[in-house]
Formats: sequence, structure tokens, C-alpha cells
Amino acid sequence: MEMKPLTRLILGLVCLLVAIWLVAPTLVVVPMSFNENKSLAFPPQGFSWQWYQNFATNPEWSTSFLNSLKVASLVAVLATVLGTLAAFGLDRMKARPANLLRMLMLTPMVVPGVVLAIGIYAVYLDAQLVGTLTGFVLAHTILALPFVLIAVSANLEVFDRRLETAAASLGAGALTTFRTVTLPLILPGILSGLLFAFATSFDEIVVSLFITNPYLKTLPVQIFSSITRDADPTVAAVGTILLCATTILIGGGMLLLGRERKGRL
Amino acid sequence: MNPRAENRGAAIDLDTVSKAYGAFKALDGVSLRIEPGEFMTLLGPSGSGKTTTLNVVAGFTDVTSGQLLVGGKSVVGVPAHKRNIGVVFQHYALFPHMTVGRNVAYPLTLRGIAQDERKKRVARALDMVKMGDFAHRYPSELSGGQQQRVALARAIVFDPPLLLMDEPLGALDKKLREWLQLEIKRIHRELGTTFVYVTHDQEEALVLSDRIAVFNRGRIEQVGTGRQLYDEPATLFVGRFIGDSTVLRGEVKSDGTSTALTIAGETVSAPRRLAGEANPVMLLRPEKLAIRRPGQDAGGTNRLSGTIAEAIYLGSGSKYEVKLGDGSIAIVRSPLAGESFSLGEKIELCFDGADAKLLPDDSTADTTLT
Repeated sequence: MEMKPLTRLILGLVCLLVAIWLVAPTLVVVPMSFNENKSLAFPPQGFSWQWYQNFATNPEWSTSFLNSLKVASLVAVLATVLGTLAAFGLDRMKARPANLLRMLMLTPMVVPGVVLAIGIYAVYLDAQLVGTLTGFVLAHTILALPFVLIAVSANLEVFDRRLETAAASLGAGALTTFRTVTLPLILPGILSGLLFAFATSFDEIVVSLFITNPYLKTLPVQIFSSITRDADPTVAAVGTILLCATTILIGGGMLLLGRERKGRL
Repeated sequence: MNPRAENRGAAIDLDTVSKAYGAFKALDGVSLRIEPGEFMTLLGPSGSGKTTTLNVVAGFTDVTSGQLLVGGKSVVGVPAHKRNIGVVFQHYALFPHMTVGRNVAYPLTLRGIAQDERKKRVARALDMVKMGDFAHRYPSELSGGQQQRVALARAIVFDPPLLLMDEPLGALDKKLREWLQLEIKRIHRELGTTFVYVTHDQEEALVLSDRIAVFNRGRIEQVGTGRQLYDEPATLFVGRFIGDSTVLRGEVKSDGTSTALTIAGETVSAPRRLAGEANPVMLLRPEKLAIRRPGQDAGGTNRLSGTIAEAIYLGSGSKYEVKLGDGSIAIVRSPLAGESFSLGEKIELCFDGADAKLLPDDSTADTTLT
């Protein structure tokens, strides 16, 4: 259907407005991180790198950053291994129980974060896992696993299992077949799952707020406590860094998934 | 079976092999001996058990009961990857993430063969299927016929004593199929390996095979050379599945030495009788039948009246479908030099009683044809 020029113009304007609305918070954070004064006032005044310097030198910030890196890396590995195994199991099960199990494993995506957080917190109090690395890794893995499951399952769906039969006929045992045929072909799914798992853990705040303590804070927790205590523009600097990092990670993950889809056509 | 090549093939013995899926018997007591170096084709309609037999030999499917020997040794319970049997699939099954060269080298790498030797053998296998120039391509860059030739190279590169092929040409067009059939025949001659080939195409089976095993509903109906199956079918099913045929059914009158059938008032006879109780039918090959105009002098001892229902010009001759008095259709092939007949013409069908095969009637022989 042919569109009138005026309709086209209005449509364009509405799209632009929505786009601005969506990125506005981001556009506030980035300039604020270069503020000269110690205030979170917007628009910022002057220009300085001091808040980035503060992030790098202040141990409160650098420790929490390293904590987040550590937790997210462990979560990425653990969730990827478990999620890949789960995806495999579900792929090779009978359809009906597999669908039920899959739904069960995807619940962390739909259950409100705060509900999960309360449950995890209650159990952690007893198990003395509050404020521990193990505690953070386990909790974040629950949240990250569905992303791996989805990414790997999507890949397994298009994987031709007859290739495994062919590999067997050529002399490859089950493990060799997995290593040389199955794994290389579903690797894009596993890698994008890994990226999503890392990103999920790295910017997780709701559950983290419940299970944190003064000895172990992740970066989002540190941001939150810093901003509720005083108006430290370091928050904006950290936010900008996080923004760049997650954009690269998620963008990379989406590229991997997208390339895989196209490669199969 | 193959005097020109050194005998490097393995013998296969299937001894009353059965495979059941719940109540359904995919294989029902199949016994078959395949000689070393032989080209054996398993022929039958879909669901007849030929592919199940292949999967059992390859180790992709467990047997429910029975014994299976490859090269004299039982392989029941031996997993597929330890059987050292080459398999070519209808869907090629090349690894899409490896080049042609790496695909073919795959079984050699698994066997720990050194790189120099590996390179030599990959090149030799690719040359054998005339794909030597394609080692650096990916499977997605090749046509179906090329992919299947690479798959063939991959299945023979590790010198298996037995090569299984599951309708390998099923997805290709007719011209390519006919050319590759000759290629496969040549490779079989050069290798001296035992080939077991699954197909539902009887012409393909006749072109390729030393012997053919005809499958029907989980059982083997007959094993023999193409000529044996065509000239001396053991069952009505085999007679109908291999080549064109005309089946005459009628009221049976049998004495000690001959059998007579009365079809819509006309009687034909054959100088034989069928042992046993079964109802006999007569099976006639198209070249054993002749068409005459009524009143014309005819060779042969039997005559049936009919009308020409279809006339097909074949180039090398003509094929006629003749509608008989009882409504059944007879198929006649006549040489080019003979007279031609037009559609709807009333004619007489003549044949020599000695050329009619007497076979026990089998109502499933018609319905299972694909």
C-alpha cells in the first residue's frame, strides 16, 4: 500500500520519539560521568576524567568490579556447561516430558526477580551462603541458565543427527563424535549462551542486593549503595563502562546467533 | 564372484535375524549369505525390511533375535563404530564444517594414520570417485552428485572389507543416477570389497548386482541373479516386482501333467502343475506374448481375446496394454518390425503354454507394489 508523504512523516517522528525515550536514560548517564562537580545534577558542568580515575583507584570500586568479573566468569562457565548438558538431554528425550522439563527450567526468566531473591535469601541464611562467592555464583547461575538453554536448544534443533550416525560408521565413538562433529556445529549456540550468561550475572542487581554483605559486593550493588549514600558521579562513570561492555557482549552474542541462522540456510 | 580383483571383501551371514518394534516385525527371520566380494542388492518396496537389514549389518539397529556374522565373526552387540564397515547414506551426511579433504580424512584420523599416508590415501580415494580437484571445497559448494561421490570416497578410504549403501542415488536425477551406477560398478570391480546396496528401483538392482535379495514384509522372498529372478521367479511377488509381467487368474482345472485356466469363457493351459494346495496363477513376461489380428495364423498354443487399451512407442519397439475378457490388463512388448495396432482394436493374445510360469496366488503381491 502506498503511503502518503504526511503519514510517512508522522510515522517517522513517532518512531524518533520512541527511540529517544528508550535511550534517554543512557544519554543522561554518559555526559554525567564527565561532570566537574561532585553532583549528579543534569546537565553536567565542565569536563573531567576524575570519576573514571576514582573508579580505577578507589579500592571500594575496583574490588567490587573484580568481584563482579569473578562471579560473572564462574557463572558463565557453570551455566554454559549445565545449560548445554540440559539442552542435550532435552533434545534426546521424548517430546512430552522434555517440553515440561524445558518449561520448568525456563521459570527463572518469568518468576519475578524479587520472589526468587527472597527464596534464595531465606535458604542462604541457613546455609551461611550470604556474602560468599559460592552464594553469588549459584544464585546467578539459576538466572543465567535459561539463556544458555535457549541458545543451545535453538542450535540443536537444526543440527542433523544423522551426521552422528555417519561419524559412528566411520569409526568415531560417542565422545569423539561429540567432540569432532556435534560440538563444532553447535558451538555458535554455546558461545552466545556463554555471553548472555556472563552479561546476566554481571549486571544482576535484585538477587545480589539480598545476598550481599559488606565483605562481598558486586559492582551493581556497589553502585546502588553508593548512590543511596551520596551523589557520587563515579556511578555515572561506572555506568558508562558497563554500558560499553554489555553492548559489546550482547551485540557479539546476537551476531553469533544471527550468523548461525544465516549459515544454515 | 569377482575374479578380476583380489578378494578383500568380507562374507556376511544373517541367520534367522528378526527385529521387532513392539508388535510390528520389521524383520521376520531373515537368513542370507553374502559371499566375499559380492555385489548384493537388497530390493523391495518401502517398509519391506531392506533398510532395516542394512542398519542391522551396520550396527545402527540391534537385532531382536538371530545371529549376524561379518567375516565369520559374530558382530551382535558390537557398536557401529567398532565394526569397520563403510556406509553411504541417501542424504550424503557429509560434515558441513569440514572441507571435502577433511571429510575424507576423518576416518583415517580416527585410526591414527600418519599425515603423509593420510594425504596419499585421501588423494587416491578422491581420484577414484573423480573428485580429486575438490579437496578444498566445502560440501555446501557441491552438487548432490558430487557430494555423494565424496561420501563414497569417505566410506572406502579406510579400506573397509564391506561397503553398505542405502539408496545412495535416490535423491539424484535419472541421467546422473545412471552414470553413477556405472561408476559404482567400476569402483566395486576395482576394490574387490563386498558391496551391499539397498534400493527400491528394480532396474537399478538389475544393472548393479551380482545377486539380488527381494524383500517383502520383513522377509526375503527370493535370492538370485537378475536373470534367475526374471526367468524363474519363486513367488508372484518377485515376478511382479522384477520387470513387467502379466498375471492370468481364472477357474483352475488341473490334471496330472498340466494346468488349465478358464478366463471369461476362454481356456488356456500350461504343461505343468503346481505342487501343493495353493491356487495357481500364470505369469507371463511381455516378450513371451504376441498380438495377432483375429483369424490370423498364430504361433503359440494359447489364445485369449482382448482389446488394445494403451499403445506406447518406445523407440526400440512398442509396448501394448491389452484389456482381457475379465477386465485384467496384459502387457505385451513387440519389436519395431512387427505390425502396429491401434487403440480399441480387437485382437488376440497368443502365447506358448511352456512360457507361462505357474505360481501360487498371493493377493498381497498386487497391493504391496509401489
